[in-house]
Amino acid sequence: MASEAGQQHPLGIYYKIWILLFVLSLFSYMVDYMDVQGFWRWTLVLIFMALKAGFILAIFMHVKWERMALVMTILGPPIVLLLLIFFMAVEGHYTESARVQYLGHDANQAPAHVEH
Amino acid sequence: MSQSEAVANGSPTAAGMTGFVQDWKADKQTYHVPWGKAMMWIFLVSDTFIFSCFLVGYMTVRISTADPWPLATEVFALSFFGSDPIPLILIAIMTFVLITSSGTMALAVNFGYRRDKRKTVMFMLFTAALGATFVGMQAYEWSKLIEYGVRPWSNPWGAEQFGSVFYMITGFHGLHVTAGVIYLLIVARKVARGDYDKKGYEIVEITGLYWHFVDLVWVFIFAFFYLL
Repeated sequence: MASEAGQQHPLGIYYKIWILLFVLSLFSYMVDYMDVQGFWRWTLVLIFMALKAGFILAIFMHVKWERMALVMTILGPPIVLLLLIFFMAVEGHYTESARVQYLGHDANQAPAHVEH
Repeated sequence: MSQSEAVANGSPTAAGMTGFVQDWKADKQTYHVPWGKAMMWIFLVSDTFIFSCFLVGYMTVRISTADPWPLATEVFALSFFGSDPIPLILIAIMTFVLITSSGTMALAVNFGYRRDKRKTVMFMLFTAALGATFVGMQAYEWSKLIEYGVRPWSNPWGAEQFGSVFYMITGFHGLHVTAGVIYLLIVARKVARGDYDKKGYEIVEITGLYWHFVDLVWVFIFAFFYLL
């Protein structure tokens, strides 16, 4: 909802969200640092990412306090991206299987380690 | 026209879905925000699609290549003073710098609406300085990767697409940060000069929207490119 005098809110909420963003970033970095792999890596990284993105949008960008007409304009169109992601994932897997099946690529190689 | 005026002029004031229907059916101004803010949001939605195209393209090439994808955690590790390489440390610091800058920007917007000109300008300049720091660290990161032999067409560790995706996505994001720093400096100068004393400080919020968006994009790049 549009507030009476622009987007004016108490400072406290910005400090809280700021600290929360630091903590969430630290958590996602720890996922990498602790070398969590597989299912939990994807789950944790995506949850922390969604929370961070949500808080930035809702509080810092004030979407939480905007009128529904503007909120729908901002959040509505990007939803079609889910369809693009789905189709391109299907297409990508098909291309990979074709490379393995017809070009003899080996899909199970490990990447070379990095020498610093 | 400020928001308070829009409300005072008899605009629909219902919240939620009822307000949504009222705003659209009224056959007049739909968005009850300053026009600059509505246009910034529409620009940001279009920019969302550009970055999404890059990230979806990255997903597609990463899925479709049969070659192994290089390990970001090792590629972006750095050692300090002869220590063992710390995984992803530079990227972590860059993330913290950008989040800090988002916080200072939020404070600048808040002090703008409080009409505290001195603090608004101070926090905007602080935000710009943090943004410039971020770009500097990114330039350092690029120089390291170029030194390791990462090219848009090849790299020493695995799938060739790694280099092109890296330079494309971080380069385009870095360009946005650079533009944001310039934008912040211009608006901060105009605020300091007193250009908005009568008009109101919505421009600071609009600048802030752009800046937070740059941080928002980084959240996704950090997760998808560096962590996963």
